[in-house]
Amino acid sequence: MEQVAIYAYQIGVSFSIFILISLGLAVIFGMMRVINLAQGEFLMLGAYACVLATQAGLSLWLSMFVAAAVVGLFGIVVERVIIRFLYGRIVDTLLATWGLSLFLVGGITTLFGPQSESVVNPLGNVTVGDIALSQYSLAMIAIAIALLIGTYCLWRFTRFGLIVRGTMQNPDMARGLGVNTDRVFMLTFGFGAALTGFAGAVLVPITGAAPPMGVFFIAKAFITVISGGHLPLIGTVSASAIFGAIDGFVAFVSSSVVGEMSVLFVAIILLRLLPMGITGHLRRGL
Amino acid sequence: MLGVTDLRAAYGRIPILDGISMSVAEGELVGILGHNGMGKTTLLKTLMGYLRATAGEILLDGDDITALEPHQRVRRGIGYVPQGREIFPGLTVRDNLRMGFAATSLNDDQVIEPILADFPRLKPLLDRPGGSLSGGEQQILAIARCLCGRPRLVLLDEPTEGIQPSVIDEIAELLQGLRDQHRLTVILVEQNLDFIRALSERVLIIQRGAITREVAAEHLADSEMIAEFVGITE
Repeated sequence: MEQVAIYAYQIGVSFSIFILISLGLAVIFGMMRVINLAQGEFLMLGAYACVLATQAGLSLWLSMFVAAAVVGLFGIVVERVIIRFLYGRIVDTLLATWGLSLFLVGGITTLFGPQSESVVNPLGNVTVGDIALSQYSLAMIAIAIALLIGTYCLWRFTRFGLIVRGTMQNPDMARGLGVNTDRVFMLTFGFGAALTGFAGAVLVPITGAAPPMGVFFIAKAFITVISGGHLPLIGTVSASAIFGAIDGFVAFVSSSVVGEMSVLFVAIILLRLLPMGITGHLRRGL
Repeated sequence: MLGVTDLRAAYGRIPILDGISMSVAEGELVGILGHNGMGKTTLLKTLMGYLRATAGEILLDGDDITALEPHQRVRRGIGYVPQGREIFPGLTVRDNLRMGFAATSLNDDQVIEPILADFPRLKPLLDRPGGSLSGGEQQILAIARCLCGRPRLVLLDEPTEGIQPSVIDEIAELLQGLRDQHRLTVILVEQNLDFIRALSERVLIIQRGAITREVAAEHLADSEMIAEFVGITE
């Protein structure tokens, strides 16, 4: 019984980390088809925003929302200044966002130094039998699921969500129905950035905040969204579930490095068998 | 309602519209007939604002709209049913209709029920993805979606293209009904002579990017004249 709980816990934590790091990318790359190589740095900015907000005296929970707002606004600026001129130009987008990523790492290192910043984990442990589980990790699982459900509801049930889905499928037709697509692209990018910033803040108590932290997450995030296929949300959830289960299990019985290797290995096999991704054959959905 | 003076437009350096002048009165259904490559679709795209006019002027209710973006023109009352229908394939029929008024302050109850009364054929399809509909059904959906935004002037680009004859008749009846009931103002671009004759009050002939002639619809029966001016024979 204890064993089962431990495995469930490990897998849940892995799953939630995959969800957190990929959800913003599912919007920016999955829906908008923008290959944002600065995605990891958006996460890092969220982490730093959270650290600064807690240092200013806010609670960790409130700081998460501050981080989302800060990175969301930053994303809107990036979209206005860089991305909006590059829609449909993949190579230019790669170069520009790679440059942005280097700039952000350099800028943050200059401002805050290369050392890692941390925040105090406000929660203790719960014990299951002999083993202590971190309450914060349990909260993180809940937050990841809440973000997922919130994003799904926004896309599925609101008028803004409908406009975004229509615009991403056929921007010219959306314009011909009165939609200001320029603004929709801006807000969608900002929303993806805000999700990423929120995720960065949620990760801080576990990983800390350091300038190069984005690099550790960006590859995983792209692998998850690409493996998910053309339906960004359902795809990202199912890919996160598969990779989270593998990573959680293997990391527990072996080590976290082997866990990550096995995720990569499974992703390669998965994309060999399903080149269109997990949702490649589904016709509609989110 | 709509006044166009000496409108010119080009794809890159290739001029397509070479000084179009026309006017459309409220409640009128004007047909525009011409060969492929004569500028029919380009004219509608320029009226919509997808293509910038290089010269000339478009007036809607007396206001100059030549420099406006497409979505701004739509908000001033122009509706657009493009060539190829451009249904959102991954959205359900219901969501396709909702996109038609997503940029307005109208809500579902105000729009969907009345539209289904006009387009009963869409009722059983509401929860199907738009991409799974047949060409004819998609055309009907595209017209319905356009009307959801309550336009005053509808631009209709070749609604019969690639659609089987029985459905073409159905669409013609539908448009006749809508025109009579709602007093819609319509600009209809077509190559299908029967279709344009059945619906239009007058027909403008477009050749090499200019309106070369105006014909009352009943004279379209004169196939020799049509052959002479359009090169289309029945």
